[in-house]
Amino acid sequence: MNYLNENIDSLNKKLKDGEISAESLAKDTIENIKKTDEKLNAWITVKEDAKPAENLDFNANKLAGIPIAIKDNIITNGIKTTAASHMLYNYMPMYDATVISKLKKAQATIVGKTNLDEFAMGSSTEHSYYGATHNPWNLDKVPGGSSGGSAAAVASGQVVAALGSDTGGSIRQPAAFNGIFGIKPTYGRVSRWGLIAFGSSLDQIGVMTKRVKDSAEVLNVIAGSDEHDSTVSEKEVPDFTSFIGQDVKGLRVAVPKEYMDAVSGEMREVIQKQIDSLKDAGAIINEVSLPHTKYVVPDYYIIASSEASSNLQRYDGIRYGYRAKDTKNLLDVYVKSRSEGFGTEVKRRIMLGSFALSAGSYDRFFRQAAKVRTLICDDFDKIFAENDVIVGPTITEPAFGIGEEVSDPIKMYNNDILTISANLAGVPAASVPAGLVDGMPVGLQIMAKRFDEGNVFKTADFIERTNKFYEKTPAGMED
Amino acid sequence: MNFKSTIGLEVHFELKTKSKIFSPSPVTYGAEVNTATNVIDWAMPGVLPKLNKDVYRLGIMVALATHSHILPTTHFDRKNYYYPDNPKAYQITQFFQPLARDGYIEVEVRGKKKRIGIHEMHIEEDAGKNTHGANGYSYVDLNRQGVPLLEVVSEPDMEDPEEAYAYLTKLRQIVQFTGASDVKMEEGSMRVDTNISIRPAGQKELGTKVEMKNLNSFDHVRRSLAYEEQRQQQVLLSGGKVQLSTRRFDEATGKTVLERVKEGDADYRYFPEPDIAPYHIKQSWIDEIKETLPESPFERRNRYINDYGIKAYDADVILQTKESSDYYDAAVQAGADPTLAANWLNTQINGYLNENQIGIKDIKLTPEHLAEMIKMIKDGTISTKIAKKVFKESMENGTDPKKYVEDKGMVQLSDLSVLEPMVTKVVDDNPQSVEDFKNGKDRAIGFLVGQIMKQTRGKANPKVVNELLNKELQSR
Repeated sequence: MNYLNENIDSLNKKLKDGEISAESLAKDTIENIKKTDEKLNAWITVKEDAKPAENLDFNANKLAGIPIAIKDNIITNGIKTTAASHMLYNYMPMYDATVISKLKKAQATIVGKTNLDEFAMGSSTEHSYYGATHNPWNLDKVPGGSSGGSAAAVASGQVVAALGSDTGGSIRQPAAFNGIFGIKPTYGRVSRWGLIAFGSSLDQIGVMTKRVKDSAEVLNVIAGSDEHDSTVSEKEVPDFTSFIGQDVKGLRVAVPKEYMDAVSGEMREVIQKQIDSLKDAGAIINEVSLPHTKYVVPDYYIIASSEASSNLQRYDGIRYGYRAKDTKNLLDVYVKSRSEGFGTEVKRRIMLGSFALSAGSYDRFFRQAAKVRTLICDDFDKIFAENDVIVGPTITEPAFGIGEEVSDPIKMYNNDILTISANLAGVPAASVPAGLVDGMPVGLQIMAKRFDEGNVFKTADFIERTNKFYEKTPAGMED
Repeated sequence: MNFKSTIGLEVHFELKTKSKIFSPSPVTYGAEVNTATNVIDWAMPGVLPKLNKDVYRLGIMVALATHSHILPTTHFDRKNYYYPDNPKAYQITQFFQPLARDGYIEVEVRGKKKRIGIHEMHIEEDAGKNTHGANGYSYVDLNRQGVPLLEVVSEPDMEDPEEAYAYLTKLRQIVQFTGASDVKMEEGSMRVDTNISIRPAGQKELGTKVEMKNLNSFDHVRRSLAYEEQRQQQVLLSGGKVQLSTRRFDEATGKTVLERVKEGDADYRYFPEPDIAPYHIKQSWIDEIKETLPESPFERRNRYINDYGIKAYDADVILQTKESSDYYDAAVQAGADPTLAANWLNTQINGYLNENQIGIKDIKLTPEHLAEMIKMIKDGTISTKIAKKVFKESMENGTDPKKYVEDKGMVQLSDLSVLEPMVTKVVDDNPQSVEDFKNGKDRAIGFLVGQIMKQTRGKANPKVVNELLNKELQSR
């Protein structure tokens, strides 16, 4: 079974009516994944014996019996969790991430773990120990990253919903590349307990679905305070589905000129068309400036890499994961295990981060980057004082070809220019499909002030209703 | 040539919390290896630290007790280094902003009072323990990983080993009385590192410092510093240079041994810990803690001397440990005469503790029983001689002194209707003693008292018997 024409509501109804059983849904899902994944390589681990929870309550739990995919950097008790790294190729967790506990409590069926760039470092899902994932719209193209596996799984109809993580755009960019919706909630909205850390002050777990409302359903389940993560807000979590189906009349929409200037030609037209549709529906469009946009890429790569260099030190070959053979002493265990266990991109970032934190560089790099981050936050505060949302393109170009940019890290890093700011400022941000450019999907990015996911859902749902992109089928999945 | 020493001390205290600083694992001593651990202590992928706020409360107590300035906002930082007993490969500590700064304590050395500055104190987590087996394998025990520590860094204000010794003694006493730490060096709940440099008298800039780590008693601190003073002097006098280095104290030879030479500072790549939000310490909370802060040893000493009227020496003996001071307070609270209680504690009880090599917490004599016994001495119910018997019984078997005295018929005989006829009879029976008494021979009365004691099997109240005899003899 595939989910190209399904959503959580439609599945919930079928389950409730007894039209399908949760057991067969799980079984069919896994069969379809096995069949279609030869083309995509979206999965690292498929849980072939996945079974729905017992005593399913389809009325109380919208997600009851619904198969869900989990990015493989989220810890799942008893299901191998690798972060797409040789370093953790054999790592079997003994606890559940908070989001997993919450999904289990909501009776969702976890069917497996999706591919990603190693330790979520990358924008193409090419940097995986388990090989590259392919874009369902064109199998020669990348699905984006780092949540490329989750994005491809949803876009190809393998699952109706997937969890991703977003440190600098890792949910939104692949969502845009694959023509699906993806939301990175406010930093502090969803617990990071059990998310394999990359950049701790930037990382956030989010949801990827074909339909906007489905993400609201899943976010309803995974959001909220957690005793394990003191950076999660105690704020009450609203019912995000209540923002679906509202009109946008009077909505104050800021369009940063730096974002629009980053795109051109057909891409710019597609984005402009979405903005015009908001205007036609009575939204107030304001052109604004995010003056520090030009600094966000270096700023982000210093902060994220610095934190990563420290977060990834625990992979030392001592307690779990990969350990090199034929080592002579302790230093040898460390050096060989890490040299052999990590891929090139991860090592590049560890080196970058270690350098930025070193005694001679700290003031010039890390401290300076922290100051720039404050300025970027100020930019956002100013705009949100007078606007409800910021919209613009999610990406500068549609998906590129597999192998095209993998050898040019700077070009790859620059792809993130439009998504990074939301992580630095901690604001919620989503990408909703805007249309096709040269046959490949592109996304409209929507940001709002911290803890205002409501306006993000409201705007995205309006765009979805207006352009009906969900009616399109990925070309690569046609037999 | 004369030299001047400059000494600074870094003292780690284990803060006395039930669970670890960033994980719910229990804080234990002597548990089976790796049983007091969980996924956080093992630094499994995806785990996050969760701060146990009790460490702030305990840290603030020590800060208040040492006149330190508590910083309004405090946060944690990461100190990055690899070692198997450090599973995250970073230690969570406070580098950029400690809990408190600029405190001091007052010590007395050779009769002179001196203020020793406290540069700062910060909270951090302890590492696990590596052990090296004879089979060539090394083993890691993470029970200690994540035990909360308070590191108290002194100013380099001490100028000789005696001052360092006095500082440590005082600091331990202060911390112990707050209840924030067990301060047991033998169990590692107090650990001392020292820094010492010397310079020719008159020279302004400090000499090169030598660090000594993991000294396991105050005496070792004093001896190793004294040895280093001499060693460094000889190095300088022979035209050499003191190396920036870490040395250890060798107990057997009384010498210090070079461990490693430092080539510049290690680069720990400190940066703010992103997993724990900065914490604002409200003044109202500090005030609240101040309210509940146990009486300091200094305050207790004043109370003992000024309110109870006991000797300064006795007060200091009682205040050597919090346990003995608490015991004393409990006994006085239960109605014991403060002077008698101090005497019994400092002589009989301490003697018993030394003899049996135990602590005051291990004895069966409760402070309440001690108070009861002292009351009986004071009101003449028992004699001091009998009291010693009672003390032994209560100490060994935890017997209630009052009950024991009653059961054994040890109550002192003070009843005049019984004693008066006895006195009359004993004087009648011994006419010679009346003569002796009249001739001014004091011995006579002693003899008569002895007769009465014999008849009462030691129970007669000697004071009353003496008075009665005097009266009787004078009337003859």
